[in-house]
Amino acid sequence: MSNRIVNWFRFASPYSFYPLAGRMMPWFWTLAAVFGVAGLWVGFFVAPTDATQGEGYRIIFIHVPASWLSMFIYLVMAMWAGIGLALNTRLAGMMAQALAPTGAIMAFLSLWTGAFWGKPMWGTWWVWDARLTSELILFFLYLGFIALQAAIDDPRRADKAGAVLALVGVVNVPIIYFSVKWWNTLHQGSSVSLTRSPSMAQTMLWGMLLMALAFWMYSIAVGLKRLRTIILEREAHTDWVRNLAEVKAPAKLTKVTEVTA
Amino acid sequence: MNWNSASEFFAMGGYGLYVWGSFGVCAVALALEPFLLSRRRQAILQSLRRHALAEQMDQEIA
Repeated sequence: MSNRIVNWFRFASPYSFYPLAGRMMPWFWTLAAVFGVAGLWVGFFVAPTDATQGEGYRIIFIHVPASWLSMFIYLVMAMWAGIGLALNTRLAGMMAQALAPTGAIMAFLSLWTGAFWGKPMWGTWWVWDARLTSELILFFLYLGFIALQAAIDDPRRADKAGAVLALVGVVNVPIIYFSVKWWNTLHQGSSVSLTRSPSMAQTMLWGMLLMALAFWMYSIAVGLKRLRTIILEREAHTDWVRNLAEVKAPAKLTKVTEVTA
Repeated sequence: MNWNSASEFFAMGGYGLYVWGSFGVCAVALALEPFLLSRRRQAILQSLRRHALAEQMDQEIA
């Protein structure tokens, strides 16, 4: 038991997580591509035309995954921020920082595809409805987190300030999720529920779940990619970064040496 | 199969603008993010290599 705990904590340092993240990345890129191709195939060629919305409903295959991920990434980001605040580990702060831009992109895509779905179905790009407004606030929370961290020079202090913001903002996530139940919204209720059978055709549901998995795998892959870059930037002064094979490789330095020679 | 021709596929039953406006922006965003990240990674690697080279030159001079 104690052995296992030690093994897990071994990866809590940037030095040991950097190569591990590099080994995991190709797997998540591959999974994202496989699920993405399968999801698009089901979404466009297998799922039938909707009885009321025609072909316009197919926006659901990116709208719902982007919306789910925008909320899920926020929870994971806040969790890492909280761990960083409580345990004072460097890697946790970097994790939170690595996730924020991806979460912001997901929130943006949720709003964008929602607007492009709302226009033909509701007749308006935007309405100040509880679901839409709370998702917009989520987008601003991401932007605020990124801006706050960027405004503080000392990365460890930036981590702490960002963590407080991220944790306070968590209250918004259940508001988004339950907004369609708590208020009368123009936005429809959830299409997928754990307690009742889905209100949509089986193939539509499968397309949506495959696309959600694709978005999820993409987010992990791109999050790890950003994490590795942040580690290099923030650990640039350390010996282990200086001794990395990719740093030692004199790929683009030949020109410099030629000039000086 | 839902479509009889490519043009029918791109028309999306009259919802072409909305469906492709959504999927297009989504594809651009999800392609741009890894691309910009690759550039950011190359930038920090480049700077690390330059520092290593500068250090090496300092030692050679000294």
